[in-house]
Amino acid sequence: MSGHRSGSDGADAAWTDERAQARQRRAREEGRRRLSGVAGATIKHRRVVVTGVGVVAPGGVTREGFWSTLTAGKTATRKISFFDATKFRSRVAAEADFDPVAAGLSAQEIRRADRYVQFGLACAGEALADSGLELDEKTLDNTGVVMGSAVGGTMALEDEYVAVSNTGRDWLVDHTYAGPFLYQALVPSSLAADIAHRYGTHGPTQVVSTGCTSGIDAIGYAWHLVQDGEADVIIAGASDSPISPVTVSSFDAIKATTPENDDPEHASRPFDATRKGFVMGEGGAVLILEELGHALARGAKIYCEVTGYASRSNGFHMTGLRPDGLEMAEAIRVSLDQGRTNPTDVDYICAHGSGTKQNDRHETAAFKKALGDHAYRTPVSSIKSMIGHSLGAIGAIEMAACALTIDRNTVAPTANWAQRDPECDLDYTPNTAREHKVDVALSVGSGFGGFQSAMVFSRLKEAS
Amino acid sequence: MTARAVITGLGVVAPSGVGADAHWKSIMDGASRLGRISRFDPSSYPVTLAGEVPDFDPDEFVNPRLKVATDRWTWHGFAAAQEALSDSAVDLSTMDPYETAVALASSSGGNEFGQGELQSLWSEPDGAVSVYQSIAWFYAASVGQISILHQLKGQCSVLVAESAGGLDSFAQAARTIRRGTKVVLAGGTEGPLSPYALTCQLSTRRLSTGTDPATAYRPFAPGAAGYVVGEGGAVLLVEDLDHARERGADIYGEVLGWSATHDGRATRPGDGGDQAQVARALRVALERADRAASDVDVVFPDAVGVPECDRVEAAAIREVFGDQVPVTTQKGQLGRLYQGGAALDVATALQAMRYDVLPATHGLTEVAPGCELNFVTEPTARRTSLAVVNARGYDGYNTALVVGRYEEAS
Repeated sequence: MSGHRSGSDGADAAWTDERAQARQRRAREEGRRRLSGVAGATIKHRRVVVTGVGVVAPGGVTREGFWSTLTAGKTATRKISFFDATKFRSRVAAEADFDPVAAGLSAQEIRRADRYVQFGLACAGEALADSGLELDEKTLDNTGVVMGSAVGGTMALEDEYVAVSNTGRDWLVDHTYAGPFLYQALVPSSLAADIAHRYGTHGPTQVVSTGCTSGIDAIGYAWHLVQDGEADVIIAGASDSPISPVTVSSFDAIKATTPENDDPEHASRPFDATRKGFVMGEGGAVLILEELGHALARGAKIYCEVTGYASRSNGFHMTGLRPDGLEMAEAIRVSLDQGRTNPTDVDYICAHGSGTKQNDRHETAAFKKALGDHAYRTPVSSIKSMIGHSLGAIGAIEMAACALTIDRNTVAPTANWAQRDPECDLDYTPNTAREHKVDVALSVGSGFGGFQSAMVFSRLKEAS
Repeated sequence: MTARAVITGLGVVAPSGVGADAHWKSIMDGASRLGRISRFDPSSYPVTLAGEVPDFDPDEFVNPRLKVATDRWTWHGFAAAQEALSDSAVDLSTMDPYETAVALASSSGGNEFGQGELQSLWSEPDGAVSVYQSIAWFYAASVGQISILHQLKGQCSVLVAESAGGLDSFAQAARTIRRGTKVVLAGGTEGPLSPYALTCQLSTRRLSTGTDPATAYRPFAPGAAGYVVGEGGAVLLVEDLDHARERGADIYGEVLGWSATHDGRATRPGDGGDQAQVARALRVALERADRAASDVDVVFPDAVGVPECDRVEAAAIREVFGDQVPVTTQKGQLGRLYQGGAALDVATALQAMRYDVLPATHGLTEVAPGCELNFVTEPTARRTSLAVVNARGYDGYNTALVVGRYEEAS
């Protein structure tokens, strides 16, 4: 069938290359006419800034706790304690010591919400308080909620499955054992809905679920809504709580997570030559995205401006990455173009840095392709070295890190970096945080499905 | 000049059949497509009816290598995407892959596959999931696979807003086209039929326990007692107008406007949702489309079949359109396909414009108090140029979408 191609054999890969080359020729011909987006989109969009940050992460379940962990270069990875992981290949994870009561959740919220929704509520609360935004009747109509999650309510779904299936024995499960909120676990739309319920917001509400790029993509979706005037404020972020047997087993099966269980604190080693795979994490982050005029009018503290976002798919493989990093480089190029940011203006790259050989080489190639020699002069770091890979959540947590990096002019390190991989030869900010003026922070994500996303945060320049 | 988004291909895989023509024939005919669940023995469940896709042969659409790595929900997605692309006659091989994308909704992922994997993991002490669990169950599986299969490498999205997501995906496709992408597959399919997935749905107490396909799901009728679930949905090709015109595409209609609101409160028994927010979504979608309520030829409601929700929706429609606008739904005939059903309503609306026939709400002989609207009860030949589709997702999501006949000056 013409038009039906899968990218996993040689002929198809060659075909993809040919298409890519044709595309690049066309792009060259069109030159700089393509300034924003894929083609000559010349609409004047509204400007969007970040005015609040909330984080729940392993090692720090508040924004400041999170930042202290990062800047101290502390790792929060440990032996899995949530369940008996003896039978699994990978038995380490970055778990959050999260107390929903301390995080301000009501008894009703705790009863109703799965762990990842509780993270989302806690993050939203902290971010809104940080923003100083008062949600009055008029604001509520134009305030939306856009959250990302890769695996949603898996934790509750698995717990309840075990109960209704007689520990997996019955295909025709016994519905009479099911809990009252099981539907909320089935549909991850619960995450954004529960936040909307708490604050009574009436604006556009959405969950974006593009696997491990969900966090960046959710903030990108929110950015577009505010740019286009569909909302003035969006509570935007992501959360995931994937540390449960089914998810651990899923990554075991494809050997994506590390099999080294003896030294949990040093298990996540992005960009280090001896890395063996990623370490799963959990958590969430919420940013308050606000239209610039709206933020200025109320004298809000502005962390930074969202100046670019793009996602491209590799069309190659659900889990595989081609070593050239072409699509990630394209996502970076487009997101820089949108804000008319020169590649040489990038001051910091918050890497996907999952700690799989495939990923680390793929994105190193992408950074070089998109930034040229400037890639060698730019500090890069992977916070997954400290707080693990929380699947859909991590993209939002990394954007929170970027907002704080611009605010505080400090770059978080890549912990556990000791031995250089010849194919990963950039400056990964090894082990120690660095004071560094950051006006432009780039973050990338790479996920199953072939999705490659990039986002750019910039220090606010003149408000026009 | 903002790029305009038009629809140039329809792909349907639903209880009404495989293919847009089969779908139209079914809804004209009006016979119920609901039946006793065949996928598993439903005897032990209070719900025994569902809308299944009839005569679906996955091997016709999915190669064996992909079939073992995907859920039925994705098979339906492959088939609907293939139908939409074929129908549009777009030649992807001549296009920049970064200008082509997929933006589908997904309300609950690869349920049947996932239950099998949970069983493998839990039924034996040393059990484990297969190598495909990590790519088959999660919500992005269909979009990822379709993107790879057709080399659609631009801005892709996976939207989850329960039933409302099906309409949000068209809004997202239009936003993406306004930012320079040329074609976007939008819509979605849904696979809610496995014993465990059904169990999850039972917890809402919104499913009908009726056993007679003709009467089990009767939105807006006096005996309405919840909905019957269905599988499948629709995937449509949304295209940049200039691109469609340059290649001489056959245009079904245009995505003119949309709006999403939220009730800001949870769905609870007895509470039919926030009429003001349902109405606001409808009103703002019309404003963005720059059309008046009086110009609308037909409204496709969410029609969940839960009495209090039907009343709120009917009141919101009356508030915005008055009581004369024709209203029609085929959900009672086909089942509630969650976001797939909202996408299917968009396909139906475009077909109504294509054939200038309003499909009927079959069997709605009497209307429940509070649900009074101008329901179309027989297929009616009528010039149809502007349609509004409404969708409401569990726990407060509302989205309205306005689609219209393509006219040069808009």
